[in-house]
Amino acid sequence: MNAGLSETSQGGERLGVSSRLATDVGKVKHFGNQRSLDNYKDLVIVLLQKELKVRYKNKLLGYLWSLANPLASALVFYIAFQVFLRVSEPNYALFLIAGLFPWQWLSNSVNSAPNLFVGSGSIIKKVNFPRNIVPLCAVLNHMIHFIITIPVILLFMVIYRQSPSLSWIYGFPILLTIQFVMAYGIALGLSSINLFFRDLERLTGVIMNFLFYFTPIIYDVDRFPERYRDLLIVINPATPLMYNWRKLILHGQLEPLYVLLSILYAILFFAIGFSIYKKLSCKFAELL
Amino acid sequence: MREPVISFQNVSKSYPLYGHIQGIKNFLFDVSRSLAAIKKERFEALRDISFEVYRGEKFGIIGRNGAGKSTTLGMIAGVLKPDRGNIIIRGRISPLLSLGAGFHPELTGRENVILNGVLMGLTRREIMQKMEEIVEFSELGEFIERPTRVYSSGMMARLGFSVIAHLDPEILLIDEVLGVGDIRFQQKCLNKMKSFQESDVTMVLVTHSVASVVNICSRAMWIENHVVKMIGDPIEVVEHYCEASNVPFNLNTVNKASL
Ligand SMILES: Nc1ncnc2c1ncn2[C@@H]1O[C@H](COP(=O)(O)OP(=O)(O)OP(=O)(O)O)[C@@H](O)[C@H]1O
Ligand SMILES: [Mg+2]
Repeated sequence: MNAGLSETSQGGERLGVSSRLATDVGKVKHFGNQRSLDNYKDLVIVLLQKELKVRYKNKLLGYLWSLANPLASALVFYIAFQVFLRVSEPNYALFLIAGLFPWQWLSNSVNSAPNLFVGSGSIIKKVNFPRNIVPLCAVLNHMIHFIITIPVILLFMVIYRQSPSLSWIYGFPILLTIQFVMAYGIALGLSSINLFFRDLERLTGVIMNFLFYFTPIIYDVDRFPERYRDLLIVINPATPLMYNWRKLILHGQLEPLYVLLSILYAILFFAIGFSIYKKLSCKFAELL
Repeated sequence: MREPVISFQNVSKSYPLYGHIQGIKNFLFDVSRSLAAIKKERFEALRDISFEVYRGEKFGIIGRNGAGKSTTLGMIAGVLKPDRGNIIIRGRISPLLSLGAGFHPELTGRENVILNGVLMGLTRREIMQKMEEIVEFSELGEFIERPTRVYSSGMMARLGFSVIAHLDPEILLIDEVLGVGDIRFQQKCLNKMKSFQESDVTMVLVTHSVASVVNICSRAMWIENHVVKMIGDPIEVVEHYCEASNVPFNLNTVNKASL
């Protein structure tokens, strides 16, 4: 066995150092298979197109569907809270939309995450490619859908005689980046774990539903009881982000402390998600 | 000696038997037992196998069902990781061509060609240059514009083979799919593979067809009981394999022009 190993010294010096260790773990060396940057770019484009195509078949219909869902829930909440319960929030329809649209992106990303690798099983079993591109494209896809709904937000602003602020120019990229990193981290972790525990989808569904009502989306933060307000904001990873989205859209401002807080949450989720993925990714093909 | 493009050294591969974990609910209710079970219950699919494949070789792998042939190919393709041992691969590998090929069922044949191409490391421009050649070779006609979920298994194999044969990979991996093509397409594949014979393309072919091994391969390996039983001249290996399986083998009856 040792003789066989010493022959592999061309494969790397590390093997020679501790040949006993090398027999305990499998080593794979692959030369001449480097991907070019162009290939990475095309990989993302092709997988994104696939995502869009598989989900909606038709581009225009896809756009309408991605609008229909948040608009429908906005309508429901509007009727329930403004018409029936008569809450005193000014411009409640616009208020709802400024919260529901970004939330939709986050919740769609999280809810679709468990099935990502399972759904790409046929290619994961056949080709060795960087699998983290699959959740990347899924989250990008949801982000693109959020971005193309921005005109609808603008339309509602016109209806309520408000105007977008110049601060959107830096505010949007900041929040988009934070939320993208957060959603990508969560999607990486969930999609990897789901290969081991196939019922994760139900769990995430329940948690996201729970989270929705504990995040100030259909109500304002100052509805939280005064004593627990800070606690409720800090312990819910979605709150600082959603708070800033609405503040940016309605008032053209960002709350720096909450930006910082959501960056920390995004980094935390990304670190956790990526390390889960790293640890499990070599087992994907045999589980599918 | 020529340079080995695939080299396996004392490679072992075992599969976990995750069957007992039904879901996260059961896992959380019984964490310690589930963890112990994961560690213990493993099924050894390959034990300590070593072999080398050299540049330009057509390498056949035969053996009974469940012997570990597809597992070996999966490790060459880099989708499965060995538990122990070393694997060294030199060169660009094609997507593993096997039944239920690596196609997305909702995408059309043409879109799947692009998907497979970028997955194996090409750019879209490089693929588009080859597209017409691929479409023509597959002879799928108008079906190339239909989603692959409506394809028959032979049509899948046609598309799969056309893709991997034309996107000039350096190492081709084929896991017994060509048998489902009709005789005309099998003939075409055989000719295509014969044209590789002189070229630098390395091919690893897993098959249950004696004729394929004899007609295409320059060397063959027989895996039995999760270990390598024999490596060498294809005819010799096939003879021993047939003998061990109690199947009569006569070289003269093997059709020189079939897969
Ligand atoms: N993902 C998996 N999880 C658990 N066990 C597996 C998995 N894949 C294969 N096995 C087991 O490993 C062994 C080898 O399987 P493999 O698919 O390599 O066989 P094979 O030689 O290709 O057989 P065949 O000729 O039927 O294709 C089999 O006993 C099989 O049950
Ligand atoms: Mg097999």
